[in-house]
Amino acid sequence: MEAINTHKGLVYPLNRTNIDTDQIIPKQFLKRIERTGFGQFLFYHWRFDDDGNKRSDFSLNNAEYQGASILLAGENFGCGSSREHAPWALADYGFRVIIAPSFADIFYNNSLKNGIIPIKIAESELDEWMKAAEDSQLVLDVNLENQSITDGNGKEIHFDIPEYHKEKLLNGWDDIDLTLHQEAKISAYEAAR
Amino acid sequence: MGKPETIVDKIWKKHEVHKEEGRPDLLYIDLHLVHEVTSPQAFEGLRINNRKVRRPDLTYATMDHNVPTKNRDVIKDQVAQNQMETLKKNCEDNGIKLADMYHPDQGIVHVIGPQLGLTQPGKTIVCGDSHTSTHGAFGALAFGIGTSEVEHVLATQTIWQERPKTMQVKVEGDLGPGVTAKDLILAIISKFGVRFGTGYVLEYTGEAVRNLSMEGRMTVCNMSIEAGARAGLISPDETTVEFLKGKEYVPEGEAFDELAEEWLQLATDHDAVYDKTVTINAEEIEPQVSWGTNPGMCVPVNGTTPDLNEVDYREDVERALEYMGLEQNQPITSIEIDHVFIGSCTNSRLSDLQKAAAIVKGKQVKSGVRAIVVPGSFSIKLQAEKEGLDTIFKDAGFEWREAGCSMCLAMNDDVVPIGGRCASTSNRNFEGRQGNGARTHLVSPEMAAAAAIEGHFVDVRKYAELVG
Repeated sequence: MEAINTHKGLVYPLNRTNIDTDQIIPKQFLKRIERTGFGQFLFYHWRFDDDGNKRSDFSLNNAEYQGASILLAGENFGCGSSREHAPWALADYGFRVIIAPSFADIFYNNSLKNGIIPIKIAESELDEWMKAAEDSQLVLDVNLENQSITDGNGKEIHFDIPEYHKEKLLNGWDDIDLTLHQEAKISAYEAAR
Repeated sequence: MGKPETIVDKIWKKHEVHKEEGRPDLLYIDLHLVHEVTSPQAFEGLRINNRKVRRPDLTYATMDHNVPTKNRDVIKDQVAQNQMETLKKNCEDNGIKLADMYHPDQGIVHVIGPQLGLTQPGKTIVCGDSHTSTHGAFGALAFGIGTSEVEHVLATQTIWQERPKTMQVKVEGDLGPGVTAKDLILAIISKFGVRFGTGYVLEYTGEAVRNLSMEGRMTVCNMSIEAGARAGLISPDETTVEFLKGKEYVPEGEAFDELAEEWLQLATDHDAVYDKTVTINAEEIEPQVSWGTNPGMCVPVNGTTPDLNEVDYREDVERALEYMGLEQNQPITSIEIDHVFIGSCTNSRLSDLQKAAAIVKGKQVKSGVRAIVVPGSFSIKLQAEKEGLDTIFKDAGFEWREAGCSMCLAMNDDVVPIGGRCASTSNRNFEGRQGNGARTHLVSPEMAAAAAIEGHFVDVRKYAELVG
């Protein structure tokens, strides 16, 4: 996994709650056996109509959000299916940071394993940036090391993230490598059963 | 006697491989279930890094998400075909048992685990599928994982897990006639919301839960994920032991008796403390129907869609009603359906089919309604056929299919068309879940069967002589 520390990018505001992984990547795209190339299918039925044309009523298609790399969303982002295709699609599309008041557990873990920083911020704090990004372009600067987000207008928010998640993202560590350091313990556990 | 413990405490303690202050614990995994959709990238990762499957003997695979349910030999989608062939090759290369499409043990992964007795109390069970919580019905700690974690478990037979908080979901009183396990879990999610379980393992307790069959318990635990919970479980009791007796992967004779004793010891201790407890009264629960686009958007069948002036998150409710093609304050019984799906890891077991068949027996599916029954496993299909259930369904105008996930997520050809409206015994009513533009209403098998006959939702207790 690629290490990530700071990220400055354009915000895309998606002010809906309970966005499920079926919306992030619909099932017809889960049949591939690769990890790559899912970005084109991100939010597929919200972005495209039944004939495959871009929908004018879904703002991710708007010119001002092209190149967005920070996603703001409502409560319980990523609920539903455990499909890791969801963070694969988000990352492949270009999102590196997702900010929401809360995340579904499995999605949160899946994001961390794909170099996406999932950041929890209270709805009241998020609101102002959500509105600002809906009204005009908003750029945020995320610093994982300092656990802070700044908006260039003097607003700064501090966020919490468990130390071990932070450490792994900062170093781009592979979980399996870390676990294999415990090989002796795993073998001992198996022998003792 | 030590400190009273919950079942989660007891299972956790027995599976800790490594522990370090301020970090997740490394837990040993007893059973890893694998299917075709979320595993290919995991096996590929092992190959790239020259790693092996550590414990093929604790891994079991099947094909369920993509398989055709009409004719096994006709797979129109080459990409799906390739995914299934990839699973076959990965299992052969790594010495993993596979129940492929033609195998007598094939079925939905969460149906066959219990059916074979692979699922047992006290085990830690994972699968690259969120409905792995189903296995919690046996008092196992079972949860869904992503593909990177599938790879991790294949390579190490362990997983890093933060100790979850525990929440008791206490169900007081008993369910009324015609009210099922499905109605219970839908009512719980509707009452407490689709994220009340986030960060918790739910333990369902109380008289109504004790009175459920193992199949009913699986239905309840199955949908724990729809409440956001990491897992959901029920402490083992005699019902659990009785169900597992004689199953293929369960020991016999004295070994079984010893094991059964151990299982019963796992039950949460009388005075154990949960991080949180919520309570619901079973007596007040009526047959449920979902009206919106998440499983919390449910009301009793005699209720109406919400009043927009009385809801939180008004925009989300408006969007859901619009997607569903419904008005506010609309009576549920006025909603006409054109599709019925009886199946999925929530409600495709023999007793689900028996109860639905009892409703449709001697009646006819309403003209214009397409109704299908998809048994959860090949073995359930055979047993149902032995009992003549297939004939009852077919005579009534239902299609009788081969086992698989089918129309629950419509990855194969079983798709609800754009604008179609389905009474479904599955677990998710998300936008497009059963097909792009399709509208899903979650219900029990009995309610789905009655809707098939009437062409719209009805209170199944109307058929009380059959379900009493």
